[in-house]
Amino acid sequence: MRHDRIEGGGEPGGGEREGPVLAVEGLWKNYHGTPVLRGIDLSVEAHEVVCLIGASGSGKSTLLRCVNLLETVDDGTIRLDGIEITDVRVKADDVRRRMGIVFQAFNLFPHMTVLDNITLAPRKVHGVARAEAEERARELLDRFGLAGKAGAYPDRLSGGQQQRVAIIRALAVRPRLMLLDEVTSALDPELVTEVLGVIRELKAGGMTMILTTHEMGFCREIADTVCFLDGGVLLERGTPEQIFTDPREPRTREFLKSVLDARRI
Amino acid sequence: MSEVTWVKSERQLQRERLRRVRAVRSGTVATVSTIVFLGVLAAVVTNSPGWPRVQGAFFSPEAFAEAWPDVLDGFWTNVRIFLIAEPLILALGLLVALVRTLRAPVFFPLRALAVAYTDVFRGVPTLLVILLVGFGIPALNLQGAPRDEVTLGVIALTLSYGAYVAEVFRAGIDSIHPSQRAAARSLGLSHGKTMRYVILPQAWRRVVPPLLNDFVSLQKDTSLVSTIGVIEALRQAQIYASDKFNYTPYLAGALLFVLLTIPMARFTDHLAARSQRRRGQ
Repeated sequence: MRHDRIEGGGEPGGGEREGPVLAVEGLWKNYHGTPVLRGIDLSVEAHEVVCLIGASGSGKSTLLRCVNLLETVDDGTIRLDGIEITDVRVKADDVRRRMGIVFQAFNLFPHMTVLDNITLAPRKVHGVARAEAEERARELLDRFGLAGKAGAYPDRLSGGQQQRVAIIRALAVRPRLMLLDEVTSALDPELVTEVLGVIRELKAGGMTMILTTHEMGFCREIADTVCFLDGGVLLERGTPEQIFTDPREPRTREFLKSVLDARRI
Repeated sequence: MSEVTWVKSERQLQRERLRRVRAVRSGTVATVSTIVFLGVLAAVVTNSPGWPRVQGAFFSPEAFAEAWPDVLDGFWTNVRIFLIAEPLILALGLLVALVRTLRAPVFFPLRALAVAYTDVFRGVPTLLVILLVGFGIPALNLQGAPRDEVTLGVIALTLSYGAYVAEVFRAGIDSIHPSQRAAARSLGLSHGKTMRYVILPQAWRRVVPPLLNDFVSLQKDTSLVSTIGVIEALRQAQIYASDKFNYTPYLAGALLFVLLTIPMARFTDHLAARSQRRRGQ
Protein backbone atom coordinates (compact mmCIF):
# COMPACT_ATOMS: atom_id res chain seq x y z
CA MET A 1 0.00 0.00 0.00
CA ARG A 2 1.30 3.43 -0.90
CA HIS A 3 0.13 5.63 1.89
CA ASP A 4 2.07 8.59 0.62
CA ARG A 5 -0.51 8.96 -2.14
CA ILE A 6 -3.30 9.60 0.33
CA GLU A 7 -1.47 12.08 2.42
CA GLY A 8 -2.13 15.76 1.93
CA GLY A 9 0.41 18.40 1.22
CA GLY A 10 0.41 18.19 -2.57
CA GLU A 11 -0.09 21.94 -2.78
CA PRO A 12 2.99 24.14 -2.93
CA GLY A 13 3.64 25.61 0.48
CA GLY A 14 1.27 23.16 2.08
CA GLY A 15 3.90 20.65 3.10
CA GLU A 16 5.31 19.91 6.51
CA ARG A 17 5.77 22.93 8.74
CA GLU A 18 5.79 23.76 12.43
CA GLY A 19 2.53 24.49 14.21
CA PRO A 20 -1.00 23.23 13.83
CA VAL A 21 -2.62 22.63 10.45
CA LEU A 22 -5.78 24.27 11.64
CA ALA A 23 -6.23 26.76 14.46
CA VAL A 24 -9.65 28.07 15.39
CA GLU A 25 -9.80 30.88 17.93
CA GLY A 26 -12.83 32.43 19.59
CA LEU A 27 -15.19 31.43 16.79
CA TRP A 28 -18.75 32.76 16.99
CA LYS A 29 -21.57 32.06 14.57
CA ASN A 30 -25.18 33.22 14.81
CA TYR A 31 -28.18 32.14 12.80
CA HIS A 32 -30.92 34.77 12.81
CA GLY A 33 -29.66 36.17 16.09
CA THR A 34 -29.35 32.80 17.79
CA PRO A 35 -25.77 31.83 18.65
CA VAL A 36 -24.86 28.41 17.23
CA LEU A 37 -21.14 28.55 17.97
CA ARG A 38 -20.02 30.43 21.07
CA GLY A 39 -16.32 31.13 21.20
CA ILE A 40 -14.88 27.87 19.89
CA ASP A 41 -11.14 27.26 20.25
CA LEU A 42 -9.76 24.26 18.44
CA SER A 43 -6.39 23.32 17.05
CA VAL A 44 -5.54 20.35 14.86
CA GLU A 45 -1.99 19.11 14.36
CA ALA A 46 -0.72 17.43 11.21
CA HIS A 47 -1.85 13.78 10.98
CA GLU A 48 -4.20 14.28 13.91
CA VAL A 49 -7.73 12.90 13.79
CA VAL A 50 -10.17 15.06 15.74
CA CYS A 51 -13.63 13.72 16.41
CA LEU A 52 -16.44 16.13 17.27
CA ILE A 53 -19.28 14.63 19.27
CA GLY A 54 -22.40 16.17 20.73
CA ALA A 55 -26.16 16.20 20.38
CA SER A 56 -27.93 17.39 17.23
CA GLY A 57 -27.82 21.17 17.10
CA SER A 58 -24.70 21.41 19.25
CA GLY A 59 -22.86 23.12 16.38
CA LYS A 60 -20.64 20.29 15.04
CA SER A 61 -21.70 20.61 11.41
CA THR A 62 -21.71 24.41 11.55
CA LEU A 63 -18.13 24.34 12.80
CA LEU A 64 -17.08 22.21 9.81
CA ARG A 65 -18.98 24.46 7.40
CA CYS A 66 -17.26 27.52 8.91
CA VAL A 67 -13.84 25.90 8.49
CA ASN A 68 -14.70 25.24 4.82
CA LEU A 69 -15.88 28.87 4.52
CA LEU A 70 -19.31 27.69 3.44
CA GLU A 71 -20.54 29.94 6.26
CA THR A 72 -19.22 33.40 7.12
CA VAL A 73 -18.08 33.65 10.72
CA ASP A 74 -19.44 36.31 13.06
CA ASP A 75 -16.32 36.59 15.20
CA GLY A 76 -12.98 34.92 15.79
CA THR A 77 -10.35 33.60 13.44
CA ILE A 78 -9.58 30.38 11.59
CA ARG A 79 -6.01 29.72 10.46
CA LEU A 80 -4.99 27.09 7.95
CA ASP A 81 -1.24 26.42 8.06
CA GLY A 82 -0.79 29.61 10.00
CA ILE A 83 -2.56 31.79 7.44
CA GLU A 84 -5.81 33.41 8.49
CA ILE A 85 -8.54 32.22 6.13
CA THR A 86 -11.30 34.25 7.78
CA ASP A 87 -9.56 37.40 6.54
CA VAL A 88 -12.09 39.01 4.19
CA ARG A 89 -9.38 39.53 1.59
CA VAL A 90 -8.68 35.80 1.32
CA LYS A 91 -10.35 34.10 -1.61
CA ALA A 92 -12.60 31.32 -0.40
CA ASP A 93 -11.90 29.23 -3.52
CA ASP A 94 -8.17 29.20 -2.75
CA VAL A 95 -8.87 27.97 0.77
CA ARG A 96 -11.40 25.32 -0.22
CA ARG A 97 -9.13 23.75 -2.79
CA ARG A 98 -6.77 22.84 0.03
CA MET A 99 -9.44 21.00 2.02
CA GLY A 100 -11.86 18.23 1.28
CA ILE A 101 -15.30 18.10 2.83
CA VAL A 102 -17.66 15.14 2.73
CA PHE A 103 -21.33 15.63 3.54
CA GLN A 104 -23.92 13.45 5.21
CA ALA A 105 -26.02 13.33 2.02
CA PHE A 106 -23.04 12.52 -0.31
CA ASN A 107 -23.97 15.36 -2.71
CA LEU A 108 -22.49 13.62 -5.73
CA PHE A 109 -23.22 15.29 -9.07
CA PRO A 110 -26.02 13.12 -10.48
CA HIS A 111 -25.40 14.05 -14.13
CA MET A 112 -21.80 12.85 -14.10
CA THR A 113 -20.28 9.40 -13.98
CA VAL A 114 -18.28 8.39 -10.92
CA LEU A 115 -15.08 9.10 -12.83
CA ASP A 116 -16.22 12.59 -13.87
CA ASN A 117 -17.35 13.37 -10.33
CA ILE A 118 -13.87 12.58 -9.07
CA THR A 119 -11.86 14.24 -11.84
CA LEU A 120 -13.88 17.48 -12.08
CA ALA A 121 -11.99 19.44 -9.42
CA PRO A 122 -8.49 18.16 -10.31
CA ARG A 123 -9.08 19.06 -13.95
CA LYS A 124 -11.02 22.30 -13.69
CA VAL A 125 -9.55 23.75 -10.50
CA HIS A 126 -6.04 22.32 -10.31
CA GLY A 127 -5.38 22.12 -14.04
CA VAL A 128 -4.41 18.45 -14.03
CA ALA A 129 -4.55 16.81 -17.47
CA ARG A 130 -7.48 14.47 -18.03
CA ALA A 131 -5.39 11.34 -18.45
CA GLU A 132 -3.46 11.99 -15.27
CA ALA A 133 -6.58 12.88 -13.27
CA GLU A 134 -8.33 9.74 -14.47
CA GLU A 135 -5.36 7.57 -13.66
CA ARG A 136 -5.31 8.83 -10.09
CA ALA A 137 -9.10 8.49 -9.83
CA ARG A 138 -8.94 4.87 -10.98
CA GLU A 139 -6.14 4.20 -8.53
CA LEU A 140 -8.29 5.51 -5.67
CA LEU A 141 -11.38 3.66 -6.89
CA ASP A 142 -9.31 0.48 -7.00
CA ARG A 143 -8.02 0.96 -3.52
CA PHE A 144 -11.46 1.55 -2.06
CA GLY A 145 -13.11 -1.39 -3.77
CA LEU A 146 -14.97 0.50 -6.49
CA ALA A 147 -12.89 -0.56 -9.46
CA GLY A 148 -15.86 -1.53 -11.64
CA LYS A 149 -17.86 1.61 -10.95
CA ALA A 150 -15.91 4.31 -12.82
CA GLY A 151 -18.48 4.59 -15.61
CA ALA A 152 -21.58 4.30 -13.42
CA TYR A 153 -23.89 7.17 -12.55
CA PRO A 154 -24.40 7.86 -8.82
CA ASP A 155 -28.05 6.77 -8.75
CA ARG A 156 -26.93 3.25 -9.70
CA LEU A 157 -24.78 2.94 -6.58
CA SER A 158 -25.70 1.98 -3.03
CA GLY A 159 -25.48 4.64 -0.34
CA GLY A 160 -22.22 3.19 0.95
CA GLN A 161 -20.71 3.21 -2.53
CA GLN A 162 -21.89 6.78 -3.12
CA GLN A 163 -20.32 7.93 0.12
CA ARG A 164 -17.05 6.21 -0.74
CA VAL A 165 -17.08 8.01 -4.10
CA ALA A 166 -17.72 11.29 -2.28
CA ILE A 167 -14.70 10.65 -0.07
CA ILE A 168 -12.56 9.82 -3.09
CA ARG A 169 -13.81 12.97 -4.81
CA ALA A 170 -12.60 15.03 -1.85
CA LEU A 171 -9.31 13.10 -1.75
CA ALA A 172 -8.58 13.51 -5.43
CA VAL A 173 -7.28 17.05 -4.96
CA ARG A 174 -4.76 15.87 -2.32
CA PRO A 175 -6.23 18.00 0.45
CA ARG A 176 -4.25 19.22 3.44
CA LEU A 177 -7.21 18.56 5.68
CA MET A 178 -10.33 16.42 5.38
CA LEU A 179 -13.65 17.39 6.97
CA LEU A 180 -16.14 14.55 7.34
CA ASP A 181 -19.63 15.60 8.38
CA GLU A 182 -21.78 12.72 9.65
CA VAL A 183 -20.66 10.63 6.73
CA THR A 184 -22.42 7.48 7.89
CA SER A 185 -25.64 8.98 9.25
CA ALA A 186 -27.64 8.53 6.03
CA LEU A 187 -26.56 4.92 5.55
CA ASP A 188 -28.20 1.62 6.38
CA PRO A 189 -26.31 -0.12 9.20
CA GLU A 190 -24.84 -2.81 6.94
CA LEU A 191 -23.33 -0.11 4.69
CA VAL A 192 -21.70 1.86 7.51
CA THR A 193 -18.81 -0.59 7.85
CA GLU A 194 -17.50 -0.08 4.32
CA VAL A 195 -17.37 3.70 4.76
CA LEU A 196 -15.69 3.45 8.15
CA GLY A 197 -13.12 1.17 6.52
CA VAL A 198 -12.23 3.97 4.13
CA ILE A 199 -11.77 6.45 6.96
CA ARG A 200 -9.56 3.96 8.81
CA GLU A 201 -7.38 3.74 5.77
CA LEU A 202 -7.16 7.53 5.53
CA LYS A 203 -5.91 7.62 9.09
CA ALA A 204 -3.38 4.93 8.35
CA GLY A 205 -2.17 7.10 5.48
CA GLY A 206 -1.61 10.00 7.86
CA MET A 207 -4.47 12.22 6.68
CA THR A 208 -5.34 15.12 8.98
CA MET A 209 -9.08 14.93 9.64
CA ILE A 210 -11.91 16.46 11.58
CA LEU A 211 -15.00 14.35 11.72
CA THR A 212 -18.39 14.58 13.32
CA THR A 213 -20.10 11.31 14.08
CA HIS A 214 -22.72 9.50 16.10
CA GLU A 215 -20.77 6.23 15.89
CA MET A 216 -19.22 6.36 19.35
CA GLY A 217 -17.40 3.04 19.02
CA PHE A 218 -15.78 4.20 15.83
CA CYS A 219 -14.97 7.60 17.32
CA ARG A 220 -13.20 5.93 20.19
CA GLU A 221 -11.22 3.73 17.86
CA ILE A 222 -10.13 6.29 15.30
CA ALA A 223 -9.81 9.62 17.12
CA ASP A 224 -6.59 11.00 18.54
CA THR A 225 -8.61 13.72 20.17
CA VAL A 226 -12.30 13.83 21.04
CA CYS A 227 -14.12 17.15 21.46
CA PHE A 228 -17.52 17.35 23.07
CA LEU A 229 -19.69 20.24 21.89
CA ASP A 230 -22.72 21.36 23.83
CA GLY A 231 -24.89 24.31 22.86
CA GLY A 232 -22.19 25.82 20.67
CA VAL A 233 -19.48 25.55 23.33
CA LEU A 234 -16.50 23.21 23.16
CA LEU A 235 -17.11 21.84 26.63
CA GLU A 236 -14.48 19.15 26.90
CA ARG A 237 -11.49 17.97 24.99
CA GLY A 238 -9.37 14.92 25.60
CA THR A 239 -8.12 11.58 24.41
CA PRO A 240 -10.83 9.04 23.55
CA GLU A 241 -9.74 7.02 26.56
CA GLN A 242 -10.28 9.93 28.92
CA ILE A 243 -13.56 11.19 27.39
CA PHE A 244 -15.21 7.79 27.18
CA THR A 245 -14.07 6.36 30.50
CA ASP A 246 -13.65 9.37 32.70
CA PRO A 247 -15.38 12.49 31.38
CA ARG A 248 -14.85 15.55 33.56
CA GLU A 249 -18.01 17.42 32.66
CA PRO A 250 -21.41 16.19 33.88
CA ARG A 251 -22.95 17.18 30.48
CA THR A 252 -20.48 14.93 28.68
CA ARG A 253 -21.28 12.03 30.98
CA GLU A 254 -25.00 12.62 30.45
CA PHE A 255 -24.63 12.71 26.67
CA LEU A 256 -22.52 9.56 26.50
CA LYS A 257 -24.91 7.73 28.79
CA SER A 258 -27.93 8.67 26.64
CA VAL A 259 -26.12 7.52 23.49
CA LEU A 260 -25.13 4.23 25.07
CA ASP A 261 -28.64 3.68 26.41
CA ALA A 262 -30.06 4.26 22.95
CA ARG A 263 -27.71 1.60 21.57
CA ARG A 264 -28.93 -1.01 24.02
CA ILE A 265 -32.55 -0.74 22.96
CA MET B 1 -31.92 -23.47 -1.86
CA SER B 2 -34.05 -26.52 -2.55
CA GLU B 3 -36.06 -26.95 -5.74
CA VAL B 4 -39.26 -25.00 -5.54
CA THR B 5 -41.57 -25.02 -8.53
CA TRP B 6 -44.39 -22.62 -8.84
CA VAL B 7 -47.81 -23.95 -9.69
CA LYS B 8 -50.28 -21.12 -9.91
CA SER B 9 -52.92 -21.51 -7.28
CA GLU B 10 -56.60 -21.62 -8.11
CA ARG B 11 -56.91 -18.30 -6.32
CA GLN B 12 -54.32 -16.67 -8.64
CA LEU B 13 -55.90 -18.14 -11.79
CA GLN B 14 -59.25 -16.76 -10.77
CA ARG B 15 -57.67 -13.36 -10.04
CA GLU B 16 -56.11 -13.27 -13.51
CA ARG B 17 -59.38 -14.26 -15.18
CA LEU B 18 -61.12 -11.44 -13.38
CA ARG B 19 -58.42 -8.97 -14.46
CA ARG B 20 -58.83 -9.99 -18.11
CA VAL B 21 -62.58 -9.55 -17.96
CA ARG B 22 -62.14 -6.10 -16.47
CA ALA B 23 -59.56 -5.06 -19.06
CA VAL B 24 -61.84 -6.10 -21.92
CA ARG B 25 -64.75 -4.31 -20.34
CA SER B 26 -62.94 -0.99 -19.84
CA GLY B 27 -61.48 -1.18 -23.37
CA THR B 28 -64.95 -1.63 -24.81
CA VAL B 29 -66.35 1.26 -22.79
CA ALA B 30 -63.55 3.57 -23.95
CA THR B 31 -63.99 2.66 -27.63
CA VAL B 32 -67.76 2.97 -27.62
CA SER B 33 -67.76 6.29 -25.79
CA THR B 34 -65.16 7.74 -28.16
CA ILE B 35 -67.14 6.69 -31.24
CA VAL B 36 -70.39 8.05 -29.78
CA PHE B 37 -68.73 11.35 -28.86
CA LEU B 38 -67.17 11.89 -32.28
CA GLY B 39 -70.41 10.80 -34.00
CA VAL B 40 -72.49 13.29 -32.02
CA LEU B 41 -69.95 16.07 -32.65
CA ALA B 42 -69.91 15.37 -36.41
CA ALA B 43 -73.71 15.20 -36.51
CA VAL B 44 -74.09 18.52 -34.68
CA VAL B 45 -71.60 20.28 -36.94
CA THR B 46 -72.81 18.87 -40.26
CA ASN B 47 -76.47 19.39 -39.39
CA SER B 48 -75.96 23.02 -38.38
CA PRO B 49 -77.79 25.46 -40.66
CA GLY B 50 -74.58 27.09 -41.88
CA TRP B 51 -72.65 23.88 -42.58
CA PRO B 52 -72.94 23.91 -46.43
CA ARG B 53 -71.47 27.44 -46.53
CA VAL B 54 -68.72 26.61 -44.02
CA GLN B 55 -67.88 23.48 -45.98
CA GLY B 56 -67.52 25.50 -49.16
CA ALA B 57 -65.51 28.28 -47.51
CA PHE B 58 -63.17 26.22 -45.29
CA PHE B 59 -63.02 22.73 -46.77
CA SER B 60 -62.73 23.31 -50.50
CA PRO B 61 -60.27 20.79 -51.99
CA GLU B 62 -59.79 22.95 -55.11
CA ALA B 63 -58.95 26.05 -53.10
CA PHE B 64 -56.63 23.98 -50.90
CA ALA B 65 -54.73 22.63 -53.88
CA GLU B 66 -54.54 26.04 -55.50
CA ALA B 67 -53.34 27.93 -52.43
CA TRP B 68 -51.03 25.23 -51.02
CA PRO B 69 -47.85 26.12 -52.99
CA ASP B 70 -48.03 29.80 -52.00
CA VAL B 71 -48.87 29.07 -48.36
CA LEU B 72 -46.09 26.50 -48.20
CA ASP B 73 -43.73 29.00 -49.75
CA GLY B 74 -44.69 31.57 -47.13
CA PHE B 75 -44.32 28.95 -44.44
CA TRP B 76 -40.61 28.59 -45.19
CA THR B 77 -40.28 32.18 -44.07
CA ASN B 78 -41.89 31.21 -40.75
CA VAL B 79 -39.48 28.31 -40.43
CA ARG B 80 -36.54 30.54 -41.28
CA ILE B 81 -37.54 33.16 -38.70
CA PHE B 82 -38.06 30.44 -36.13
CA LEU B 83 -34.73 28.75 -36.78
CA ILE B 84 -32.80 32.02 -36.55
CA ALA B 85 -34.70 33.36 -33.55
CA GLU B 86 -34.54 30.17 -31.48
CA PRO B 87 -30.78 30.05 -30.85
CA LEU B 88 -30.72 33.82 -30.30
CA ILE B 89 -33.50 33.52 -27.73
CA LEU B 90 -31.73 30.67 -25.95
CA ALA B 91 -28.51 32.66 -25.78
CA LEU B 92 -30.22 35.85 -24.59
CA GLY B 93 -32.39 34.03 -22.06
CA LEU B 94 -29.45 32.11 -20.63
CA LEU B 95 -27.33 35.25 -20.44
CA VAL B 96 -30.03 37.21 -18.60
CA ALA B 97 -30.67 34.31 -16.20
CA LEU B 98 -26.94 34.00 -15.45
CA VAL B 99 -26.56 37.73 -14.88
CA ARG B 100 -29.33 37.48 -12.31
CA THR B 101 -27.37 34.83 -10.38
CA LEU B 102 -24.36 37.16 -9.91
CA ARG B 103 -24.18 38.39 -6.35
CA ALA B 104 -21.11 40.66 -6.30
CA PRO B 105 -21.93 44.36 -5.82
CA VAL B 106 -20.02 45.38 -8.97
CA PHE B 107 -22.61 43.55 -11.04
CA PHE B 108 -25.51 45.49 -9.56
CA PRO B 109 -26.14 47.62 -12.70
CA LEU B 110 -26.13 44.52 -14.91
CA ARG B 111 -28.42 42.70 -12.53
CA ALA B 112 -30.82 45.64 -12.38
CA LEU B 113 -30.81 45.81 -16.17
CA ALA B 114 -31.63 42.09 -16.40
CA VAL B 115 -34.52 42.46 -13.96
CA ALA B 116 -35.86 45.51 -15.80
CA TYR B 117 -35.58 43.71 -19.13
CA THR B 118 -37.54 40.64 -18.01
CA ASP B 119 -40.17 42.77 -16.30
CA VAL B 120 -40.73 45.01 -19.31
CA PHE B 121 -40.65 42.45 -22.10
CA ARG B 122 -42.82 39.92 -20.33
CA GLY B 123 -45.37 42.66 -19.78
CA VAL B 124 -45.58 44.05 -23.31
CA PRO B 125 -47.62 41.98 -25.82
CA THR B 126 -45.43 40.35 -28.47
CA LEU B 127 -47.44 42.01 -31.24
CA LEU B 128 -46.69 45.43 -29.77
CA VAL B 129 -42.98 44.66 -29.56
CA ILE B 130 -43.02 43.61 -33.21
CA LEU B 131 -44.78 46.80 -34.26
CA LEU B 132 -42.45 49.01 -32.17
CA VAL B 133 -39.29 47.32 -33.43
CA GLY B 134 -40.57 46.87 -36.99
CA PHE B 135 -41.55 50.50 -37.49
CA GLY B 136 -39.46 52.20 -34.80
CA ILE B 137 -35.94 51.04 -35.66
CA PRO B 138 -36.09 51.93 -39.39
CA ALA B 139 -37.60 55.32 -38.47
CA LEU B 140 -34.50 56.16 -36.45
CA ASN B 141 -32.58 56.39 -39.74
CA LEU B 142 -29.52 55.08 -37.95
CA GLN B 143 -26.66 54.05 -40.12
CA GLY B 144 -26.31 50.29 -40.14
CA ALA B 145 -29.67 49.71 -38.46
CA PRO B 146 -31.51 46.84 -40.13
CA ARG B 147 -34.37 47.67 -42.48
CA ASP B 148 -35.22 44.20 -43.67
CA GLU B 149 -38.57 43.12 -42.21
CA VAL B 150 -37.52 39.55 -41.51
CA THR B 151 -34.48 40.75 -39.51
CA LEU B 152 -36.62 43.22 -37.60
CA GLY B 153 -39.16 40.47 -36.91
CA VAL B 154 -36.41 38.21 -35.59
CA ILE B 155 -35.11 40.99 -33.32
CA ALA B 156 -38.59 41.67 -31.94
CA LEU B 157 -39.35 38.00 -31.30
CA THR B 158 -35.96 37.49 -29.68
CA LEU B 159 -36.51 40.43 -27.33
CA SER B 160 -39.99 39.28 -26.39
CA TYR B 161 -39.27 35.56 -25.98
CA GLY B 162 -35.86 36.11 -24.44
CA ALA B 163 -37.60 37.46 -21.35
CA TYR B 164 -39.78 34.34 -20.98
CA VAL B 165 -36.90 31.98 -21.61
CA ALA B 166 -34.73 33.85 -19.09
CA GLU B 167 -37.35 33.16 -16.44
CA VAL B 168 -37.52 29.49 -17.44
CA PHE B 169 -33.73 29.21 -17.08
CA ARG B 170 -33.79 31.04 -13.77
CA ALA B 171 -36.45 28.69 -12.41
CA GLY B 172 -34.36 25.74 -13.60
CA ILE B 173 -31.23 27.09 -11.90
CA ASP B 174 -33.15 27.76 -8.68
CA SER B 175 -34.58 24.24 -8.72
CA ILE B 176 -31.14 22.64 -8.25
CA HIS B 177 -30.67 21.86 -4.57
CA PRO B 178 -28.24 24.20 -2.73
CA SER B 179 -26.24 21.15 -1.58
CA GLN B 180 -25.04 20.68 -5.16
CA ARG B 181 -23.66 24.20 -5.12
CA ALA B 182 -22.08 23.64 -1.72
CA ALA B 183 -20.44 20.43 -2.93
CA ALA B 184 -19.02 22.14 -6.01
CA ARG B 185 -17.82 25.23 -4.15
CA SER B 186 -16.23 23.08 -1.43
CA LEU B 187 -14.12 21.42 -4.13
CA GLY B 188 -12.76 24.86 -4.95
CA LEU B 189 -14.83 25.49 -8.09
CA SER B 190 -15.54 29.18 -8.68
CA HIS B 191 -19.08 30.52 -9.12
CA GLY B 192 -18.68 30.42 -12.89
CA LYS B 193 -17.30 26.88 -13.00
CA THR B 194 -19.95 25.68 -10.55
CA MET B 195 -22.60 27.07 -12.89
CA ARG B 196 -21.01 25.66 -16.00
CA TYR B 197 -20.15 22.15 -14.88
CA VAL B 198 -22.59 21.42 -12.07
CA ILE B 199 -25.70 23.62 -12.00
CA LEU B 200 -26.48 24.34 -15.66
CA PRO B 201 -26.15 20.76 -16.96
CA GLN B 202 -28.67 19.64 -14.35
CA ALA B 203 -30.92 22.67 -14.81
CA TRP B 204 -30.86 22.19 -18.58
CA ARG B 205 -32.52 18.78 -18.32
CA ARG B 206 -35.29 20.19 -16.20
CA VAL B 207 -36.04 23.17 -18.43
CA VAL B 208 -36.26 21.34 -21.75
CA PRO B 209 -40.03 20.64 -21.50
CA PRO B 210 -41.01 24.23 -20.55
CA LEU B 211 -38.57 25.56 -23.18
CA LEU B 212 -40.20 23.42 -25.82
CA ASN B 213 -43.54 24.79 -24.77
CA ASP B 214 -42.25 28.31 -25.33
CA PHE B 215 -40.83 27.34 -28.70
CA VAL B 216 -44.10 25.83 -29.88
CA SER B 217 -45.63 29.14 -28.93
CA LEU B 218 -42.83 30.94 -30.80
CA GLN B 219 -43.49 28.92 -33.95
CA LYS B 220 -47.05 30.19 -33.96
CA ASP B 221 -46.06 33.73 -33.11
CA THR B 222 -43.76 33.92 -36.14
CA SER B 223 -47.00 34.64 -37.99
CA LEU B 224 -47.27 37.95 -36.09
CA VAL B 225 -44.43 39.40 -38.15
CA SER B 226 -46.91 39.56 -41.05
CA THR B 227 -48.06 42.82 -39.43
CA ILE B 228 -44.83 44.57 -40.42
CA GLY B 229 -45.02 43.38 -44.00
CA VAL B 230 -43.36 39.96 -44.06
CA ILE B 231 -45.10 37.68 -46.53
CA GLU B 232 -45.26 34.42 -44.58
CA ALA B 233 -47.80 31.58 -44.41
CA LEU B 234 -50.60 33.51 -42.70
CA ARG B 235 -50.14 36.53 -44.97
CA GLN B 236 -50.18 34.32 -48.07
CA ALA B 237 -53.36 32.65 -46.87
CA GLN B 238 -54.86 36.06 -46.16
CA ILE B 239 -53.99 37.29 -49.65
CA TYR B 240 -55.61 34.26 -51.18
CA ALA B 241 -58.63 34.44 -48.87
CA SER B 242 -59.43 38.06 -49.69
CA ASP B 243 -58.84 37.45 -53.36
CA LYS B 244 -61.02 34.35 -53.75
CA PHE B 245 -63.36 34.72 -50.77
CA ASN B 246 -62.36 31.28 -49.59
CA TYR B 247 -60.82 30.51 -46.21
CA THR B 248 -59.43 27.07 -46.98
CA PRO B 249 -55.84 28.45 -47.18
CA TYR B 250 -56.09 29.29 -43.47
CA LEU B 251 -56.68 25.62 -42.88
CA ALA B 252 -53.64 24.83 -45.01
CA GLY B 253 -51.62 27.20 -42.84
CA ALA B 254 -52.96 25.62 -39.65
CA LEU B 255 -52.04 22.18 -40.96
CA LEU B 256 -48.47 23.31 -41.65
CA PHE B 257 -48.03 24.74 -38.14
CA VAL B 258 -49.35 21.54 -36.58
CA LEU B 259 -47.05 19.45 -38.78
CA LEU B 260 -44.12 21.44 -37.44
CA THR B 261 -44.99 21.23 -33.74
CA ILE B 262 -45.77 17.51 -33.56
CA PRO B 263 -42.28 16.32 -34.59
CA MET B 264 -40.86 18.81 -32.11
CA ALA B 265 -42.89 17.31 -29.28
CA ARG B 266 -41.74 13.80 -30.26
CA PHE B 267 -38.15 15.01 -30.40
CA THR B 268 -38.33 16.27 -26.81
CA ASP B 269 -39.82 12.98 -25.67
CA HIS B 270 -36.90 11.28 -27.37
CA LEU B 271 -34.40 13.53 -25.61
CA ALA B 272 -36.02 12.96 -22.24
CA ALA B 273 -36.04 9.20 -22.77
CA ARG B 274 -32.42 9.22 -23.84
CA SER B 275 -31.19 11.10 -20.78
CA GLN B 276 -33.25 8.74 -18.64
CA ARG B 277 -31.58 5.74 -20.30
CA ARG B 278 -28.13 7.24 -20.03
CA ARG B 279 -28.51 7.78 -16.32
CA GLY B 280 -30.13 4.41 -15.82
CA GLN B 281 -27.38 2.18 -17.18
